[in-house]
Amino acid sequence: MTALRPDLAIIAREVAAGTRVLDVGCGDGALMAALRDEKQVDARGMELDSANVAECVARGLSVIQGDANIDLADYPEGAFDYAILSQTLQTTMRPDLVMEQLLRVGRKAFVSFPNFAHWRVRLSLLWGGRMPVTRLLPIAWYETPNIHHVTVDDFRALVRDQGIKVEGAWFLSGDKLTSAAAANFRAEHAVFLLSRS
Amino acid sequence: MSDDAPFGPDRHITLAGPLALDGGGVLAPVNFAYETYGTLNADASNAILLCHALTGDQYVASDHPVTGKPGWWTRMVGPGKPIDTDRYFVVCPNVIGSCMGSSGPASLAEDGKPYGMRFPVITIRDMVRAQAMLLDHLGIDRLYAVVGGSMGGMQVVSWAATYPTRVASAVIIASTARHSAQNIAFHEVGRQAIMADPNWRGGDYYADGKGPDAGLAVARMAAHITYLSEQGLTEKFGRRLQNRDAKTFGFDADFQVESYLRHQGLSFTDRFDANSYLYITRAMDYFDLAEEHGGHLANAFRGSATRFCLVSFDTDWLYPTTDSRNIVHALNASGAPVSFVELSAPFGHDSFLLDVPDLNRVVDGFLKAGGQ
Repeated sequence: MTALRPDLAIIAREVAAGTRVLDVGCGDGALMAALRDEKQVDARGMELDSANVAECVARGLSVIQGDANIDLADYPEGAFDYAILSQTLQTTMRPDLVMEQLLRVGRKAFVSFPNFAHWRVRLSLLWGGRMPVTRLLPIAWYETPNIHHVTVDDFRALVRDQGIKVEGAWFLSGDKLTSAAAANFRAEHAVFLLSRS
Repeated sequence: MSDDAPFGPDRHITLAGPLALDGGGVLAPVNFAYETYGTLNADASNAILLCHALTGDQYVASDHPVTGKPGWWTRMVGPGKPIDTDRYFVVCPNVIGSCMGSSGPASLAEDGKPYGMRFPVITIRDMVRAQAMLLDHLGIDRLYAVVGGSMGGMQVVSWAATYPTRVASAVIIASTARHSAQNIAFHEVGRQAIMADPNWRGGDYYADGKGPDAGLAVARMAAHITYLSEQGLTEKFGRRLQNRDAKTFGFDADFQVESYLRHQGLSFTDRFDANSYLYITRAMDYFDLAEEHGGHLANAFRGSATRFCLVSFDTDWLYPTTDSRNIVHALNASGAPVSFVELSAPFGHDSFLLDVPDLNRVVDGFLKAGGQ
């Protein structure tokens, strides 16, 4: 098995064994398969792209083709121990509403996203005067699926406004963890564990 | 193997019944025609029930005795195929109401004459209960999987709701949990075409061998359009003319699409009984699984331990993706493990019978995972 993407590896490590998990935007199902095989997790997935869904089902995973903007509403409250949204929040129509839904269907939620305030992004905009195209944000502004760019500080402000509790946060620079201090400047990527309590 | 062995191609058995029907009556005895493929393992845990569609039959993977054509799902069923007969034991019964050997309007009633319209009106759930009766007889309690497309898929959802502990995995392709007004409307056109044919004679046409072929052919032509997509028809026929260079300014089949439909209609009458067409379309129209469960589809699956896989096709306007999604939403609400994908294929509703490689991959992976 190929290694998980760094943010997924963090989530895979932190999810408690034997729990029920919904992976929203599960892609090819790599995280779900790892959770199922290594932690006996009852993993369900939602994915927009039909080729990815077919790939997941062919791997024996329970995945439905669906849209995080719309289809989360169909799950009952508290149906899952964790709802996971990895690198998808910035592509949703209303990230704030999606966050509400995540913490409605899941008792806890993992959310990961690329940090738009990373120094490389800032420099690119500052010196280039153009929308940044970097390693983590490799697609030009007119065709990127990322319609709501977000920074670590923006995200912290949103969860504060929504009365959501941060239970854990991890910051990545490349494949390495970096400290929470100055994360808004130094982290390319952030992973948050959230709850409602 | 003696000819009355329970397993093998072209099997027939009559069970005493009675089979209690949703409409209030009973059917007794009950005839079954079915085929099996593969070998039932020692603990009878590898059985897959295949449910066929409206005009389908038990000849899934063997040549049709009337048309001589290969089985209707040889893409999916056979050694090394997704429904792998080296691995699974596959049973496909002809549904009751049909005309390929299971009890239907052409079967003989107690008085030795064909039932005709005296055959009781049946439902999808009646078909399913009959299948359960056959499986009891064959010594199969729990099914590794139940698989079907179109009306076959309706039987699969009905199986999962009626016998939740007997179904480990359910595959529902291009199907629905309820017939829409549009579905009913198209069926009614077909039924009226049959009943308007003077040879129908109230369904009592078996004696002299002259049935309502013209009416049945029209019913098939109308239905056949609903199985295809506009894109598919355009690509296959466009406005091309049939074996002629110019329009005839008459009512011959000038267009290829007309010629094709006429052929579909006529050849259908060689292999299908008009009364069976009435009964089975009626069963489909009556199908509304939520109605059987207090109006809430999720109630149909409450506490279900069955794994579900649903597939729809983007060009299927007969049972569109929203029909599959309704089932998926109900399954999510009831917490059942469910997979769902809308596949892209140009063939309309018929896609489930045709070359859609992703369908094979999905069914293959889903079934294999059920054994883990």
